[in-house]
Amino acid sequence: MNFGAVPVLQNLDLDIEEGEFLVLLGPSGCGKSTLLNCIAGLLDVSDGQIFIKGKNVTWEEPKDRGIGMVFQSYALYPQMTVKGNLTFGLKNAGVPKAEIARRIARTAEILQIEPLLDRKPSQLSGGQRQRVAIGRALVRDVDVFLFDEPLSNLDAKLRSELRVEIKRLHQKLANTMIYVTHDQIEAMTLADRIAVMKGGLIQQLDRPQEIYKRPVNRYVAGFIGSPGMNFLDGAVTAKDGAPRFVAEGIDIALANYRFDNQHAGPAVFGIRPEHIGINSGEDWPFSATAPVEIVEPMGSDTLVWTRLGGQNLTIRVSSERAPRTGDQVTVGFDPINASLFDAASGERL
Amino acid sequence: MSNPGTLAVAVAGADALRGSFDGPRGPKPRVTFSRRNIFIYGTLIFAAIYYLIPLYVMIVTSLKGMPEIRLGNIFSPPMEITFEPWVKAWATACTGLNCDGLSRGFWNSVRITVPSVALSIAIASVNGYALANWRFKGADIFFTILIVGAFIPYQVMIYPIVIILREMGLYGTLKGLVIVHSIFGMPILTLLFRNYFSSLPEELFKAARVDGAGFWGIYFRIMLPMSLPIFVVAMILQVTGIWNDFLFGVVYTKPDTYPMTVQLNNIVNSVQGVKEYNVNMAATLITGLVPLVIYFISGKLFVRGIAAGAVKG
Repeated sequence: MNFGAVPVLQNLDLDIEEGEFLVLLGPSGCGKSTLLNCIAGLLDVSDGQIFIKGKNVTWEEPKDRGIGMVFQSYALYPQMTVKGNLTFGLKNAGVPKAEIARRIARTAEILQIEPLLDRKPSQLSGGQRQRVAIGRALVRDVDVFLFDEPLSNLDAKLRSELRVEIKRLHQKLANTMIYVTHDQIEAMTLADRIAVMKGGLIQQLDRPQEIYKRPVNRYVAGFIGSPGMNFLDGAVTAKDGAPRFVAEGIDIALANYRFDNQHAGPAVFGIRPEHIGINSGEDWPFSATAPVEIVEPMGSDTLVWTRLGGQNLTIRVSSERAPRTGDQVTVGFDPINASLFDAASGERL
Repeated sequence: MSNPGTLAVAVAGADALRGSFDGPRGPKPRVTFSRRNIFIYGTLIFAAIYYLIPLYVMIVTSLKGMPEIRLGNIFSPPMEITFEPWVKAWATACTGLNCDGLSRGFWNSVRITVPSVALSIAIASVNGYALANWRFKGADIFFTILIVGAFIPYQVMIYPIVIILREMGLYGTLKGLVIVHSIFGMPILTLLFRNYFSSLPEELFKAARVDGAGFWGIYFRIMLPMSLPIFVVAMILQVTGIWNDFLFGVVYTKPDTYPMTVQLNNIVNSVQGVKEYNVNMAATLITGLVPLVIYFISGKLFVRGIAAGAVKG
């Protein structure tokens, strides 16, 4: 499948493999929902082409594109029963009665909504509603599932439950799924590939682990990961051919950092909180002493706020090893886990 | 909210602090005749009386005979209740040449109001739906024109419409008046429906499109079942507006086809003979009864429709 360009979205080219789970991730207003609506045919594209299963559907009506869509607000028809909601699309398409019954039975079984079939949407809980909304797409036997922030209206517990359920559904059906969200955890857990978007542009399109480990720019690095990556301002210098990252009170040898594009100048050094050790006794390529300012216990982990050369540094340690506020600790990390960005352009070095 | 821990502490401390538990507890007592209450209820009662006295006078007068009215005590209840004026107003009062009371005008008004209301609501709801959900080319211009239409005074359009109706051969007929009412209801009703349909979640509309429903499919199967309150609001607006209309009625119809309001005016303002106040009052009450009944029947739905954001922006 190819997707062309739209005003909010400029020069966008996206190929999605059949059966792939692609997540469009970005803050609100980045154009991810617009892109989804274009794919669905609910918005006209001003330029460009959309192919689904090798067929050019740019001018097709939504119903003829072989897509099913699940909305954030569920968008169940309030005056119809669950069954009515599920059959509405099939009746419009003129599917024979026996076939409708068969498909309803199958969908209800997959989503475990059999006892709910005769209820009205207002009598359902949020999680049940969203299940019915997924069923409405499922029952139509579509090639591509489009999810528009389907879990954003649910509370945290239900969200994680349904997240697993969507993943299970994808494994079972092996349909192509395109999923829009601003929640990076949903993106990381569900996606085969993530497209991180900003300002109508795809910043990075890659497997979740790759995006996590090697973000292409500072924006992606800051967006993915919770707690967020530490950023240290400074400069890259190359003394005697050996590159170093230097800032006030910091001097990191970058011998084992894999440069994409090595050049000296102002730079940002990014390292994730879990890649930093505290008092570990290991022999880190870089280590320094830092004061503990704040300790945030989060259950299994504890987040430790320290200062390194006047800049904030957060560190994630297991709770048993957490220091106390006011302690002086030795922090250490290996630049192989770090990401370096150009200070001006934000691009990965 | 209290967890068992703090509860236990409170119980343990109760004995030690016995004295301080004698103070205020539970809901704060309210004074029935506080200054605030007297002011609020006083104002409300005064306003209610102010509005109800004319109605009271009308009802009382319409139940009196003429000799009693001549005594001049308009506030006193009737000494002898008579329904004679009501019967006369309905069946035998004279307007011009006809002496069959308001009944003729009543049926004319029914034959004007029912089709006008149905037609204008049917068209305006589809207009509003198209404007709200199907953002077709020129939708905004079309909408602006409609809104401007709502602000043009009726008077400037009376004469052109007379000519149009005459050319169409509809001048002086009920059909002509129905068309006029439907057209003049269009701007405000379209606005009403457009705003209501815009307030419905857009995703419902999108979901229906993905499900393959077309323009009419979405209108009838999705939008209509959700819009009862706004239809009631539109119906009330139109029924009262058209029923109470005098100007169009007097301009576009003939004595045979006069609506009730015009006939009422002719009865009340007839200059020959004695002024029969009791008949006039009865005739007025009969004319006002229809909108009143509509309000009572659908008042609850009306409020719900208004509250549903129907008339906002």
